[in-house]
Amino acid sequence: MDRIVTLTQDFAAWSSEEADQLITPIALTPGPILRCLQAIQERFGYVPADAVALVAQRCNATRADVHGVLTFYADLRTQPPPAIPVRLCAAEACQAVGGRGLQGEWAKACDEDPQLADVTGGNEPIFCLGNCALGPAAFVGNQLIGRASVDRIMAAIRQQQEGKTA
Amino acid sequence: MTMWFVPRDAAARSMGSDEVAEALIAQGHDVIRTGSRGMLWLEPLVECAREPGGPRVGWANVDPADVAEAGLQETAANYLGVVADMDYLVKQDRWVFERAGVIDPLDPDDYVANGGLAGLRAALALPPGDVISNVIDSGLRGRGGAGFPAGIKWRTVAETPPRPHIGDPANAPAHKYVCINADEGDSGTFADRMLIEGDPFCLLEGMAIAAYCVGADKGIVYLRSEYPDAIEVLDEAIAIARERGWLGIGILDTDLSFDVEVYVGAGSYVCGEETAMLESIEGRRGMVRVKPPLPAIEGLFGTPTVINNVMTMASVPSIMARGAQAYAALGTEKSQGTQVFQLAGNIARGGIVETAFGVSARELIEGFGGGTLSGRPVRAVQIGGPLGAYLPADQLDVPMGYETLAEAGGMIGHGGVVVFDESVDMAQQARFAMEFCAEESCGKCTPCRIGSIRGVEVIDRIRSGEDPEGNTVLLRDLCEVMTDGSLCAMGGLTPMPVLSALDNFPEDFAPPVRGQ
Repeated sequence: MDRIVTLTQDFAAWSSEEADQLITPIALTPGPILRCLQAIQERFGYVPADAVALVAQRCNATRADVHGVLTFYADLRTQPPPAIPVRLCAAEACQAVGGRGLQGEWAKACDEDPQLADVTGGNEPIFCLGNCALGPAAFVGNQLIGRASVDRIMAAIRQQQEGKTA
Repeated sequence: MTMWFVPRDAAARSMGSDEVAEALIAQGHDVIRTGSRGMLWLEPLVECAREPGGPRVGWANVDPADVAEAGLQETAANYLGVVADMDYLVKQDRWVFERAGVIDPLDPDDYVANGGLAGLRAALALPPGDVISNVIDSGLRGRGGAGFPAGIKWRTVAETPPRPHIGDPANAPAHKYVCINADEGDSGTFADRMLIEGDPFCLLEGMAIAAYCVGADKGIVYLRSEYPDAIEVLDEAIAIARERGWLGIGILDTDLSFDVEVYVGAGSYVCGEETAMLESIEGRRGMVRVKPPLPAIEGLFGTPTVINNVMTMASVPSIMARGAQAYAALGTEKSQGTQVFQLAGNIARGGIVETAFGVSARELIEGFGGGTLSGRPVRAVQIGGPLGAYLPADQLDVPMGYETLAEAGGMIGHGGVVVFDESVDMAQQARFAMEFCAEESCGKCTPCRIGSIRGVEVIDRIRSGEDPEGNTVLLRDLCEVMTDGSLCAMGGLTPMPVLSALDNFPEDFAPPVRGQ
């Protein structure tokens, strides 16, 4: 089951016909805009500009309504995601065990290796992954890492890259 | 026949429990994936029963390389003995978490064999009004942080007639909803996640009891997207519950019809505020609504809606099964029953501690938690999430409860306890509180939207030595405006961590001395 905004998966190339098929049943349910956008992102990896008018039309809403929802939520992206997004928790419980230091080390690693920054998207912070007793926490792709360090993050990236090419 | 138990909880997986399970399976062992016991510093914690139903012994921090042909050895250094006899668990009083870590979360027979459905069956044998009276008598209050008596909320919804969705014609089907707030965004909290991953039927059972009490036909769990494992488990649990007749039409062969759907959040902290959550479920920007009307009268799509936190709702089955009086006898006069505390941050033994209210923060942090992870002295403890107060190390004897913490200038929130050692810079923490509010504000009211940005600036000026006295007065003034003038707890409580840091740790706000 992969209904959620998982981070590493194979996304389909954008197709407005496919998107239309995807959202038409959702658009018939109450309060559909956010779930239409989530469904599009889950399938295509992001919400392209073309999708806004489509969702508006199917949901009988204005483009401004859809744009408003699209820009409110941190999860929704308007550009394709990096191959293996790395997101470090920036919240208090992780700060208490060196989260800020890890953010700095990770930023430095990305500065030194532009390819790494490209693959992982640099560091988009995230607030709380619910792993607060085993911080610092990080998502590497869709894998949760406890007691994260640059080494542990790099190992997870390598493992996922191998998994992809295997 | 020997059976091995390896957690599938996200925290355990984050420490490699999947690899350990694979290693056991590769050696030909039978493995059941459970939730976590909540002793997170021991994860991956592997258990073994040498005979069915026999005592389960455990090993801590298991590495896949430890797994030999015979499994794990009782002579190993990381051997724990009988897990249920461990001090950390024996000292707890588990009602909500009685099954988590013990059962296979997606095995309905395991659930029933361990006391599942007893609460729902007990409730269905009584008239709905009597069940509500039981919930009121238990003293159960909202575990999301607001602390409103759950039974009173249910009674309001029960007394309000169902209505069609707002905008639908008057003769359209009328509904009432039970909505679960599982948008557990507070740093330092993970109990909702662990309950859903470890015992999802418990939450669904609580929701069915609530639906029976108030006459609701629809249920929604609003679950944050940062919890992919919980989403997967809950989706599967709902499908199994439908097959078993625990959800859907004619639950347990009664007239009760009620179904549950999962709505996934989209990375917005403020959607944990109940009215912003309703807006988000309705597919809009998660902007806070003005109250009244209360959601109990006009909630989701304008219908009467019960909104409870996961912990509140998951408390109900065991209250109905074991008795409201027994629950009410625990805790303090105004904070009855148990609270699921979550020990987090710089703590040696972090995890879940469910115990009666009245326990002190010191007992939680030193007794259960074993002090800091770093071994350095505790300097500050933030209780109740990012909007909770920072208490200094000499104020940790305060008994945990809604009123007692409020009197101490804090709040219990969702029961998160985040420990910091002496390396913490409290001015930086205060700045972060404002920064977080600026980032996550829904933008509807000015004190929160603009005040938080100004707050960051003022704290920066204080820290850089720019008229520290004048700017401190300004910061306090700003905090007063935010506290009194914000629509919801986001802007209204952000001053709590800021002012508690300023009051309890003023030395951290002094400007850096030149030349040092």
